[in-house]
Amino acid sequence: MLRIENLSVHYGGIHALQGASFEVPEGKIVTLIGANGAGKSTSLKAIVGLVKPSSGSITLNGESLVNLATKDIVRRGVVLAPEGRRIFPNLTTEENLELGAFARSDKAGVQADKHKMFQLFPRLEERRKQKAGTMSGGEQQMLAVARALMSRPKLLMMDEPSLGLAPLIVKMIFDIVRTIAAEGTTILLVEQNAKAALEIADYGYVLETGRITMSGPGKELLANDGVRKAYLGEGL
Amino acid sequence: MELSTFFQQLTNALSLGSLYALIAIGYTMVYGILRLINFAHGDVFMLGAYFAFYAVTALAMPWWVAFVVALALTAAFGMGLERVAYRPLRDSPKISVMISAIGASFLIENVGIVLFGGRPKSFPSIPLFDTVVHFGSVSMLSVSLFIPVITAVVLGALLWIVHGTKTGLAMRAVSTDLDAARLMAIDVNKTISLTFGIGSLLAGVGGIMWTMKYPQLNPLMGVMPGLKCFIAAVIGGIGNIQGAVLGGFLLGMIEIMIVAFLPELTGYRDAFAFVLLIVVLLVKPAGLLGKNQTVKV
Ligand SMILES: Nc1ncnc2c1ncn2[C@@H]1O[C@H](COP(=O)(O)OP(=O)(O)OP(=O)(O)O)[C@@H](O)[C@H]1O
Ligand SMILES: [Mg+2]
Repeated sequence: MLRIENLSVHYGGIHALQGASFEVPEGKIVTLIGANGAGKSTSLKAIVGLVKPSSGSITLNGESLVNLATKDIVRRGVVLAPEGRRIFPNLTTEENLELGAFARSDKAGVQADKHKMFQLFPRLEERRKQKAGTMSGGEQQMLAVARALMSRPKLLMMDEPSLGLAPLIVKMIFDIVRTIAAEGTTILLVEQNAKAALEIADYGYVLETGRITMSGPGKELLANDGVRKAYLGEGL
Repeated sequence: MELSTFFQQLTNALSLGSLYALIAIGYTMVYGILRLINFAHGDVFMLGAYFAFYAVTALAMPWWVAFVVALALTAAFGMGLERVAYRPLRDSPKISVMISAIGASFLIENVGIVLFGGRPKSFPSIPLFDTVVHFGSVSMLSVSLFIPVITAVVLGALLWIVHGTKTGLAMRAVSTDLDAARLMAIDVNKTISLTFGIGSLLAGVGGIMWTMKYPQLNPLMGVMPGLKCFIAAVIGGIGNIQGAVLGGFLLGMIEIMIVAFLPELTGYRDAFAFVLLIVVLLVKPAGLLGKNQTVKV
């Protein structure tokens, strides 16, 4: 579905991605793990057009995304729930959800999906008229995921959805990722919580200072000694 | 002071406040969405008046057609200004954009002097706005009554757009977080352009009504109102539409009241806006309705 080849991104003099290649097959959960500053967020931003690659290719079902504007990439079903949630704090929960569905014109469908989100995240329904910025971190993360889903993504990319959340909420978010995937949405998940991510992923990639250094099915990477040492915090 | 004089001054204050409010909104909307002070906004106001003037005189249009044409041109001009002077600098340091804004302002004023001539022009009388109406012993120009009413209608429409439509939702999203708005598939450029269009349209409404009330046009007529309305927007809390309206009315009221009650201070009426600005900023740095957060400009 999504294929990244030899992707390079520079920020001024910083070479953040140095020829990374990976792919996300349709209907699968793929995870990208790596240390701070490895270039995970940069990869997702490049895919969705928020940063321009200096070289390499990004194709969605064969079509290049490189020169498209973000809005057009999102309209093709590639949606990012960004790092740090980036909900609109001065808007209500409901307005945030409506913004998620901004590209859609089927009012009835949007309304139905809003109710679906409220079923998925009952907390959000209680807070539908509340300014999103006044909600707790966990609620804001639920909103960020729900907002991304409102666009009916074909490929949902999530950048550290579990960051800073209590274990119970983390579990809930991961359960929902699994549910979404089971319903046919392809997932590209970036996580610090490598263990949880690899457990639900069909396939994983390890990113180190801008390059892919390892890859394999989630279970295999979980069992890999190098990965265990570097990313699962197990005995050195 | 007699009651009739008081009412007379009150209508004056109300119409001046309305005009200030209309112009102040343009500053606040552009600041809200781009964190940019559009120094050329007062000149856009001036252009609105000149467009209407030439449409009525040179093109001999009926006044209401002329006004619609002038408003369309003013809005288009504002959008063009954004396109030419600000969009290319979207990712540049704030100071570059500010210099561009000041440059655009000088450019418009000086091209205005060349094209329109430096000598003031007087707007031909339009009977609907030029009639003297009497309420008991109070008499005033009909335009002073039209201005607050038109302003109220325009404000209502604006608030409906911003809070009641999808476009308004996009504007609010863009003004909060540009990249997050892009991720919502919002066309950020179009939204910013529209914001300039609306702000300029309001300045056009202000400019045209201003010349109905004070029928003298000159290419620098936007400088002082522009400056005062910027102050009004800051006093109200820049970025906040209701704040701009409040600031505009406050400034208009105080200015007229000074002229009416303290005639010996009339010469300082313009300076007073700055005094008020300093006082408000000392007491409430974010403005009357602004959120208390520090923004570095
Ligand atoms: N806007 C920017 N300007 C300059 N350098 C940047 C910018 N964004 C990221 N970088 C640099 O690019 C590199 C990769 O950053 P990136 O955000 O992709 O890392 P990451 O893998 O997501 O890390 P984390 O796990 O901490 O979120 C880092 O060295 C970072 O300092
Ligand atoms: Mg990151």
